[in-house]
Amino acid sequence: MAHIELKGITKTFGNHTALKNLNIDIADGEFFVLLGQTGAGKTTTLRLIAGLEKPTAGQIFIDGQDVADWGAAERDVALVLQQYSLYPRYTVRENLEFPLKSRIRRVEQAEIKERVDRVAKTLRIEHLLDRKTDRLSGGEMQRVSIGRAIVRKPRVFLMDEPLSALDAKLREALRTELKNLQMNLGATFLFVTHDQIEAMSMGDKIGVLNNGQLVQMGTPQEIYRNPVNTFVARAVGSPPMNLIAGTLAGGEAVASEGYRLPFGYGHGIAMDGRPLTFGIRPEDLFLDSGAPGEARVHDVENHGVEKIVTLRTGEKFIHATVPAQTVLQIEDTVRFSWNPEKVVLFDSGSGVSLRHAG
Amino acid sequence: MAAVQTRSERALNRIAIAAVLVITLIFLAPIYWITATAFKPRNLATTIPPTVLFEPEISPFVKLFTKRSQLREAPAPEEYAAAPWWERMVFDGGEKIVRSGRGEVQPSGYPNRFMNSLIVAITSTVLAVGMGTFTAYGFSRFRVKGEADLLFFILSTRMLPPVVVAIPMFLMYRVVGLNDTHWGLIILYTAFNLSFSVWLMKGFIDEIPKEYEEAALVDGYTRMQAFFKIVIPEAATGIAATAVFCFITAWNEYAFALIMTNRRAQTAPPFIPSQVGSGLPDWTVIAAGTFLFLLPVAIFTFLLRNHLLRGMSFGAIRK
Repeated sequence: MAHIELKGITKTFGNHTALKNLNIDIADGEFFVLLGQTGAGKTTTLRLIAGLEKPTAGQIFIDGQDVADWGAAERDVALVLQQYSLYPRYTVRENLEFPLKSRIRRVEQAEIKERVDRVAKTLRIEHLLDRKTDRLSGGEMQRVSIGRAIVRKPRVFLMDEPLSALDAKLREALRTELKNLQMNLGATFLFVTHDQIEAMSMGDKIGVLNNGQLVQMGTPQEIYRNPVNTFVARAVGSPPMNLIAGTLAGGEAVASEGYRLPFGYGHGIAMDGRPLTFGIRPEDLFLDSGAPGEARVHDVENHGVEKIVTLRTGEKFIHATVPAQTVLQIEDTVRFSWNPEKVVLFDSGSGVSLRHAG
Repeated sequence: MAAVQTRSERALNRIAIAAVLVITLIFLAPIYWITATAFKPRNLATTIPPTVLFEPEISPFVKLFTKRSQLREAPAPEEYAAAPWWERMVFDGGEKIVRSGRGEVQPSGYPNRFMNSLIVAITSTVLAVGMGTFTAYGFSRFRVKGEADLLFFILSTRMLPPVVVAIPMFLMYRVVGLNDTHWGLIILYTAFNLSFSVWLMKGFIDEIPKEYEEAALVDGYTRMQAFFKIVIPEAATGIAATAVFCFITAWNEYAFALIMTNRRAQTAPPFIPSQVGSGLPDWTVIAAGTFLFLLPVAIFTFLLRNHLLRGMSFGAIRK
């Protein structure tokens, strides 16, 4: 198991910069999730660590050793990809044996068999061992693929959206399985995804990437509660954080739509009149007949344990989470307010959170 | 496939089958003609209208493989009686098989030329496909400076009609002593086929996801091991298709073989028609030579037929 450190990594392809001065520290045994849109540089980061690409600048350390001159084979990392990850023409067993038969490892035949059988049992793919890989379902393929990674006991697991090609049910099941597996193995995982639910539910730590730059790194809680800027606020959470434009005036937040919500004087950093963006999670908004804000119900989504209400104020929409038993009709006029302690203030020009800036 | 067919679909189907049958017959007709002539007695080979029903004999093949001389008069009865059955066939045709002083049958030039054809075609195919596969892999997987220009340059070697370079090639070969050698032809055919092989193989290798090799690299294999363990088996279809094309080109090549070789390394294509000129043309012998000449390509293509079919529909099938 290993500790990974990226220091000042920059990677360019021609005149396109994929990664800009990236610094990441992944602790031993940590489940680290890199979250970002397509093209944010997640896969490039993974390939750099795997040794499939060389950084343009910067250093990569695995367990404190600079691995610049190490080939992919020597780094002893395992890679699980979204697709094309199994060798065609081989059976499941042959696929699982493949990494063990490499000349740099020299594993005894008896041990190969034992390890393959153990992994097959762990992942419940014993009945598939003699099947060709083109006769597997998507979920089975990804299981085998994960099996091929764990069979060699690598120092680091690198996973590039391994669940994205699967259907929702299976994705959920494998998510739990993967997390359990990581805890049982105590292994260092670097998991790349564009799905914030995967990031939130699996990660010990999340790194949010945007345009090749690391925007924020922290535990899922930190990132959810205290996003560093409006980009992260929008990227994490479903529905995402409400972002309301407005100003502060006399201890109240004045939305650009005209309604006023209580705020207090606690936030000394922001001055009255400065254009701001108020960030508030849907669950920190509430409906109350005596509340100061007024809105119309635009849409109601019933999620069983709760309802997500889309409120319309002027031209803008905000989401609020309300208990499932709340009775609401579309186009009802409702009154709402927020929990001022949970509000995150962003500078409306730069989008940077004032807490982080300040 | 839909189990239900409408009447018009069924009619269309029948027309298609009929068309395929007609086209197949047209394509097979010359092959039948050559094959039939190869087994005809000489006097039936050129009859008008053509003889369709006849008793096949192998005298054309006996003549093909032996050196013969014309007989002024029929052989003496005891000479006829002493000769083996196959030699009698030649006597009947008014010819005599040439024997050495010690009575050994003198072979014709055909077996040697046939061997030359095999040596040259197989070696140049192996070289062209092998080098082509490596080159295509390089172009497909690595950033090559000026890749498009280089690929175009490789292709441009095929844009000139080969005959244009025949005389300069002949002069150059004479200087370096490659005239009438196996290697001379092998180098020439490899060069012809290489551009084709690179382009064809690049198409096939581009279709193989590079993730497979990268997985192997990460799993502890070198680039070379990954190439042989993962890429080659995946590219087998492409390699087979390319090999068939290269083999046919090298096997059938006539012009350069005629110019560059005369005895030692001469291949079958220039040899077979050269027999027309010696004495009265015996079409049955030429047909026999051609018939045997068709066999290797037919066998090779037949052995690789599954790969060829898949090769032609490559890209259209689910990956």
